[in-house]
Amino acid sequence: MNLEIETGIQTKQRKRKNKLLEIGLILAFVIILAVILPIVLPAFRLRLVGRFLSLSIVALGIDLIWGYTGLLSLGHGIFFALGGYALAMHLNLQLPEGKLPDFFTLYGVKELPWIWQPFYSLPVTIIALIVIPGIVAGILGYLVFRNRIKGVYFSILTQAALLVFFNFFNGQQELINGTNGLKTDTETIFGVLASSANAQRAFYLSTVICLVLIYGLCRWLTTGRFGRLLMAIRDDETRVRFSGYNPTGYKVLVFAISGAIAAIAGALYTVQTGIITPSIMQVAFSIEMVIWVAVGGRGTLIGAILGTLLVRLAQTFLSERFPEIWLFFQGALFLIVVTVLPDGIVGWWQNNGWGKLRSLFGFRDRLATYPSIEIDPDVQQEREQITGNKD
Amino acid sequence: MNEQSTIDKILEIENLTVSFDGFKALDNLNFSMNTGELRVIIGPNGAGKTTFLDVITGKVQPTQGRVLFKGKNIKKLPEYQIARLGIGRKFQTPRVYLNLTAKENLDLVSNHNKNVLPTLFARPNSGEKRTVAGLLETIGLDTKANLLANLLSHGEKQRLEIGMLVAQSPDLLLVDEPAAGLTDEETENIGALLLSLAESHSIIAIEHDMEFVRQIANDKVTVLHQGALLCEGTMDEVQNDPRVIEVYLGQTPEDGNY
Repeated sequence: MNLEIETGIQTKQRKRKNKLLEIGLILAFVIILAVILPIVLPAFRLRLVGRFLSLSIVALGIDLIWGYTGLLSLGHGIFFALGGYALAMHLNLQLPEGKLPDFFTLYGVKELPWIWQPFYSLPVTIIALIVIPGIVAGILGYLVFRNRIKGVYFSILTQAALLVFFNFFNGQQELINGTNGLKTDTETIFGVLASSANAQRAFYLSTVICLVLIYGLCRWLTTGRFGRLLMAIRDDETRVRFSGYNPTGYKVLVFAISGAIAAIAGALYTVQTGIITPSIMQVAFSIEMVIWVAVGGRGTLIGAILGTLLVRLAQTFLSERFPEIWLFFQGALFLIVVTVLPDGIVGWWQNNGWGKLRSLFGFRDRLATYPSIEIDPDVQQEREQITGNKD
Repeated sequence: MNEQSTIDKILEIENLTVSFDGFKALDNLNFSMNTGELRVIIGPNGAGKTTFLDVITGKVQPTQGRVLFKGKNIKKLPEYQIARLGIGRKFQTPRVYLNLTAKENLDLVSNHNKNVLPTLFARPNSGEKRTVAGLLETIGLDTKANLLANLLSHGEKQRLEIGMLVAQSPDLLLVDEPAAGLTDEETENIGALLLSLAESHSIIAIEHDMEFVRQIANDKVTVLHQGALLCEGTMDEVQNDPRVIEVYLGQTPEDGNY
């Protein structure tokens, strides 16, 4: 009746079964996304799905730092933007020899700023778009965590950092075109226009691949000792210290990884949107990222993905149907999640929410004995000894 | 002091003062204990017992004085380094990781290399697995090994936390009110567990429950009062000391009503 109580052999069997089930589900998910959707959906819709999927990547990053490590970051827009800008800079440099991106002439810039130079090469760009935001996150994290700043102070600091970057990017007209941002739609990649159907399909497929790979990475990080330590830091950091662990290193690493993940998401999002501007670093957007994770379920990776897709799809659907009042639906959704489903949708499911809902309406699972006896491990062990094996 | 006595003493505290905004939680305290000793510290509320543990484990920095662990000055070291040197602490309320199973709790603490990358890449070795399995049996949680710590009873959590302490393989165990909130039977179990641990570890136990103190105090008992050492001796000596009676009962023995 209860899955949480079982013998070692059963645990192993269940784990193997769950693993197979998970791999199967991921495969099915990938086939739907990568094969079926491109056939079924028109290009415009597919591009929308691609953007949502890249947003669900950033949600995975947030889940890692918030859901598992308990650090609520309201500044992931920074890393998201850094990744987006890195790729956009590369696309803007796909020009004939000696020419500069158009906007430079507006401000009378004659020579390419040194910071743009490395972005001529695609491999360097790809490495930079992952590594630079990772390092920025690492440095920010180190400064904050070394001083044992946590809880709401951490959130406020990340939000302050976000505003610093937002204002800085807005002010840099001569470097990155300030508030106007960088366009990617009119640029070429591998000699193909970035907004063409083929390029967009390639971006879409890369998004699906990145999503699966990053999901795998997060899965690996959050299972095993490392992942359990993250949860331990979340639940009782002082205790972790007294056990001989230094939480600072762990938090810095996770924050850096989370930042790098956000950057990959930002790059994919940018090329499927067609433009990146500093407005991506608005406070509201970074908070929305957190909301996706809360809706799906903190501390469940699947929840982060589902939450993002659900919220974003609902936004699209509702804003098309009810352009005037759709924001009320969004508000209602968040209220429901906070009041009724504090663990999010996946968390509700994991807590046997379905069973509880059924029993609310009088459909209860039948028990042979009293629940307390049924779930007592000592009783279960005795029963197994008597009957040989339970299966 | 000579070389020999430094080695025999596992913990020495000299002229320790901790002041919080002028309030002296510990006032010029001197304390020392031998390797292998089980020392019980008692004292009325506010005597500075918990601050005393906080200083030893690095949670609170002393205003004055120094703490020597196995002859090494541990002032200014962060908590995790002190823990790695071999001081383990059990908190007053059981502090286990509620969202991990009992086994995972122990596994996390038994990890030999607690740096970031080894924890990420290395898998638990067979020695650590054996330690965990052995400890689960010792603390009587082997049937509940895969149960979330959240679902354990208060007494089971206490035992799990003591198990986690041992998994750390410390030389000195600091135990803060292990019997608080337990039934008589559980208290006796914890007492027996502590006594068996005392065979291979040095232990400092802080306790309020006098019955429990009598059960475990085979060596010396230290009484703290207002941040300073009031007296030290065997349980019988301490109990009959008029100063102790005064601070505990708030009256002098001459009153005759105790």
